[in-house]
Amino acid sequence: MPWDRNQMAARAAQELEDGMYVNLGIGIPTLVANYVGDKDITLQSENGMLGMGPFPFEGEEDPDLINAGKQTITELARTSYFDSAMSFGMIRGGKIAAAILGAMEVAENGDLANWMIPGKLVKGMGGAMDLVAGVEKVVVVMDHTNKHGDSKLLKECTLPLTGKGVVDRIITNLGVLDVVEGGLRIVECAEGVTEDELRAATEATIV
Amino acid sequence: MKKVYGSAAEALDGLLEDGMLIAAGGFGLCGIPELLIDAIVESGVKDLTVASNNAGVDGFGLGKLLDTRQIKKMMSSYVGENAEFMRQYLSGELELEFNPQGTLAERMRAGGCGIPGFYTKTGYGTQIGEGKEVKVFNGEHYILEEGIFADLSIVKAWKADDTGNLVFRKTARNFNPPAAMCGKVCVAEVEEIVPRGSLDPDHIHLPGIYVHRIIQGEHEKRIEQRTVRKREEA
Repeated sequence: MPWDRNQMAARAAQELEDGMYVNLGIGIPTLVANYVGDKDITLQSENGMLGMGPFPFEGEEDPDLINAGKQTITELARTSYFDSAMSFGMIRGGKIAAAILGAMEVAENGDLANWMIPGKLVKGMGGAMDLVAGVEKVVVVMDHTNKHGDSKLLKECTLPLTGKGVVDRIITNLGVLDVVEGGLRIVECAEGVTEDELRAATEATIV
Repeated sequence: MKKVYGSAAEALDGLLEDGMLIAAGGFGLCGIPELLIDAIVESGVKDLTVASNNAGVDGFGLGKLLDTRQIKKMMSSYVGENAEFMRQYLSGELELEFNPQGTLAERMRAGGCGIPGFYTKTGYGTQIGEGKEVKVFNGEHYILEEGIFADLSIVKAWKADDTGNLVFRKTARNFNPPAAMCGKVCVAEVEEIVPRGSLDPDHIHLPGIYVHRIIQGEHEKRIEQRTVRKREEA
């Protein structure tokens, strides 16, 4: 059985170490926060906050307190606020230890595409290009194949890039792979998924 | 020098010109200068280029200036929340220059600091880097991005004193300080103007040197995505 969304998020949470400052993307990456356990993790929201708390109780929403997805959130005892230039200064300065984000395609050389599909509505890259260029460790969490069954782990990305050679580790519903010299290396398979199945679902070179 | 004005229209008097570049603070609908945007709509000034992370939503924030076709070009990182924006963009009526969010913030900050250009890794090897100078530092590739020097900055803060010292609240700070810094003239709207001396000098987020005109007013502060948790989950 491949991993489901929550199992993928739980596996991604294992990438985080005590004391890390981390940026989580929208979608499955957001769920990672539910699985950090006792680890002391500080979440960054790139619109200008370290120490992001959970959603507010009903009636306690504050229009001045939102995350990068524009959702109402809360602060914690450790929270600090800053402007967008400082926020991306810490991202570009390599102070954020890890970013966990979704993707449409990843190539075997670590190229990442997750911001636009030509011919479709283009909304913008937001902070994704800054994050993948600046953060120390970039972990992608995504389904191994698209809805047509085609591999999303490719020899070369077909979509416009978000970053070149930026991905370190990929966690999919089928397993975990690292970007290494010459291609991708299988780190582990999801429970019940064989290495042959994982290889068969992957277009990228596996070394 | 008197910085406090009675209304947004008064504060913008003499500052607006067709074709000018305006830097606006705000992220989504959080911390946007809603009163100044309304006054710019009223003024009828046109062919504006606006540097702002987002373009508001239909009928609110910068969306109002799109409805009236006063904007010629946007410099933004994310514009997905606005149907009228998409319509004008796809029909070729509106120019759009995508900037990675951190690049946009740093371009504003740099402009405000007299820095005409800087190198960043962000966007190297992507469409954003096309046509830009590439330089290698310590074996890594960087692209040249230019500082933004705006004709006018419009920002929103929580509190100001009459000398223009500003204090922001929570994540409503976002792009407001860098946007304020990069304009030849900066107009700030605040929820409360307090007497000189009542803000702790150690807790000023943006010194008044960057702020030339101030107004106080009522803000709608619309929420874009209301997300809550149930009390039982606590």
